[in-house]
Amino acid sequence: MRLGLVAVPVAFFAVFFAYPVAAIVARGLKVDGVWQFGRLADVLGESDIRHVLWFTTWQALASTALTLLIALPGAYVFARFDFPGKQVLRAVVTVPFVLPTVVVGTAFLALVGRGGLLDEWWGVRLDTTVWAILLAHVFFNYAVVVRTVGGLWSQLDPRQEEAARMLGASRLTAWRTVTLPALAPAVASAALMVFLFTFTSFGVVQILGGPTFSTLEVEIYRQTSEIFDLSTAAVLTIIQFLAVGAILAVHAWTVRRRESALRLVDASVTARRPRGAGQWALLAGVLAVIAVLLLLPLAVLVQRSLDAPDFGYYRALTSDDGGVFLVAPIEAIGNSLQYAVVATLIAVLIGGLAAAALTRRDAGRFVRGFDALLMLPLGVSAVTVGFGFLIALDEPPLDLRSTWILVPLAQALVGVPFVVRTMLPVLRAVDQRLREAAAVLGASPWRVWREVDLPMVRRALLIAAGFAFAVSLGEFGATVFIARPDNPTLPVAVAKLLGRAGDLNYGQAMALSTILMIVCAVALLVLERLRTDRTGEF
Amino acid sequence: MLLSLEDATVRFDGRAVLDGVGLDVAEHEIVCVLGPSGSGKSTLLRAVAGLQPLSHGRVLLDGRDQAGVPAHKRGVGLMFQDHQLFPQRDVAGNVAFGARMHGASKGEQADRVGELLDLVGLPGAARRAVASLSGGEQQRVALARALAPRPRLLMLDEPLGQLDRSLRERLVVELRELFGRLGTTVLAVTHDQGEAFALADRVVVMRDGRIAQSGTPLEVWQRPVDEFVARFLGFDNVVEGTVAGEAADTPWGKLPVGEGAAQGTRTLLVRPAGVRLVAADAGLRCTVAARTFRGTHVAVHLQPEDAPRLEAACALRDAPEVGDAVGVEFDAAEIVLLG
Repeated sequence: MRLGLVAVPVAFFAVFFAYPVAAIVARGLKVDGVWQFGRLADVLGESDIRHVLWFTTWQALASTALTLLIALPGAYVFARFDFPGKQVLRAVVTVPFVLPTVVVGTAFLALVGRGGLLDEWWGVRLDTTVWAILLAHVFFNYAVVVRTVGGLWSQLDPRQEEAARMLGASRLTAWRTVTLPALAPAVASAALMVFLFTFTSFGVVQILGGPTFSTLEVEIYRQTSEIFDLSTAAVLTIIQFLAVGAILAVHAWTVRRRESALRLVDASVTARRPRGAGQWALLAGVLAVIAVLLLLPLAVLVQRSLDAPDFGYYRALTSDDGGVFLVAPIEAIGNSLQYAVVATLIAVLIGGLAAAALTRRDAGRFVRGFDALLMLPLGVSAVTVGFGFLIALDEPPLDLRSTWILVPLAQALVGVPFVVRTMLPVLRAVDQRLREAAAVLGASPWRVWREVDLPMVRRALLIAAGFAFAVSLGEFGATVFIARPDNPTLPVAVAKLLGRAGDLNYGQAMALSTILMIVCAVALLVLERLRTDRTGEF
Repeated sequence: MLLSLEDATVRFDGRAVLDGVGLDVAEHEIVCVLGPSGSGKSTLLRAVAGLQPLSHGRVLLDGRDQAGVPAHKRGVGLMFQDHQLFPQRDVAGNVAFGARMHGASKGEQADRVGELLDLVGLPGAARRAVASLSGGEQQRVALARALAPRPRLLMLDEPLGQLDRSLRERLVVELRELFGRLGTTVLAVTHDQGEAFALADRVVVMRDGRIAQSGTPLEVWQRPVDEFVARFLGFDNVVEGTVAGEAADTPWGKLPVGEGAAQGTRTLLVRPAGVRLVAADAGLRCTVAARTFRGTHVAVHLQPEDAPRLEAACALRDAPEVGDAVGVEFDAAEIVLLG
């Protein structure tokens, strides 16, 4: 039975992930049917490429450091302080994380770009500097740190620190010797995650980087769609694949360390009202950062989209005279929703089966290896997935180029890790003996799943579905490779509009981004209501 | 026989947790498996329930080999150590679960729930949430749930383990009465000898996956088969001695063992009641090292000059103070030759 559970996801990953990746490797390193591993060195030898590689790495490092610096006080505030509106604010902080990268890029463009808010007020433009990219990355990843570090922090038993203080440690020493070591793996894990996301950043850099700044992802896309050098693109993908594999391995290691025996308590008992001027000032500071860094860009985005009289930009979306697409931009909404629904169904099915298989306590090495495999598409980056689809699934034996299912399949691939990560902790928390109790009372294995597991994971299943939906709705990196011009998705349409000159195109991009943001935010707020004490990793 | 285990063996990583166990349970019999934690008791239950496959040997129910019969088709009930009530269902939902799995109609389920909640003394609790129940109430609901599908064999894993002492003592009496009335066949495991002796028709003592002794509670109590069983039952006055004639030569001196005792080097058990305190200049000379109040009597720990400690049971008013010097004599009726 377990074999059956594993077979479907394994087959899915073999066909839609392993096969495309293999195709990329072959395309990059095989010249006239002969393996040429020297190609790696050749490509790395080009100074342009080395420049891209260097920029990719240092901007990821800088983004990670900046995110930690700004978000760690936030993690502390959310973990230890109780204040009115905390629940809502926690949801608000998470909104950027599920926002499409294209929207994030657009929002920062509206804030710090040409004709942006800062330009208007003080004549300051940051879109030609790396700061726009770094700030957008902080915006995007603030929630990652608050959730992973703050989540653990709020569950650390404060009595551990009290025990240290009773043994003579000062307040600071107690924190340094008890809390900090407990938090360190979570901080490391969050930092790695942020590094991974920023290392493979595509949409943000594509929009804010201009001609100056280019990450590996953007370069792969450029080589494919502008220079048509698929072979170099493939080599770059392989390089990225190796780098990401290494980062993921380190991440898996820190996650395992994080699972080591910590005394965790219910988060609701550890938070209390801030006391004293210092704590109130900290709270106020964190709130101010959230307002300026997280809320302001989104507000500016909405404001810019309304800049034309009578919702002019929104009305312009309904006509196709812009000539950017073969259809009116507004149709992208319908496309996106349809794709997202199908992608969600696939992701929940595949991810659910995989999570069920991984739950088994007697899971062997094979199954655990499968766990790591499932995480790969998340880290390996959407561009790899899209590029792989482009070159692998467009010819026999598997020619899906002309079918609409290609886009949802790619989006589902990106969504599956989210589904697994959300379901797994909940499924693992179901006591095996509850299942045994049901079996002894006469329930067959299928009935056991329906009567015991399903009622407990129903909520997690909905949350997972919501995540998969938001992810596929905002998915850009993979979709941009394979979406057909007559069927663009929202993010693709936004990027296309931004790529063209003229106020009308710019305004329409803002309007479409606003629509996309609202759909994603609504999906997330619904999720936040469903979310209970047991949270997944995201 | 309703249940027969033949050479039942379970190995985890090559270590035998259950090691060639043979056990028969007759219909309407209440059998209690007694042993320290890690002795394989729970594994025994899980093997009978079909939750743990055997590495070797057979489980037979009504003479039929259960190899390949999955847990949900064996028709046995198991009450888990910490109850394992389904948290998302109310009391009625838990109790009706088994009947529902066996395809009973809504009406039948409701009747059965009402009947069983009356039986376990929780009438009217049907709609209560499981989380709102006290430990004793949870235990009753778990029992009702296990009984509801009318299992041919009911198994209880540490049925009263987590309850406080007074509740435990009351419930064990209730359980025995209930099983007697219903004619239920019961296989229970516990580490608490008081519970086992109060509940069981027959007690099986387990050690390291093997059966050390089997018999009625009285037999096991009176004649523990070896030092392990004796010590597990709480007897600490165990000593090596050489039996010659009607006396045994031990570090505590000559102990009377009665007529017809097996000769040679033997292990002897002296029950605390058989350790009589006399004047300091008579018998074995000891110093009182400690005394613990046991309610009905006082346990006096005695340190002989160069021999292991001894425990004596005394009436409260006769108990000496710590540090007193006393003499000890032994009562042949309370001395048992082990193994």
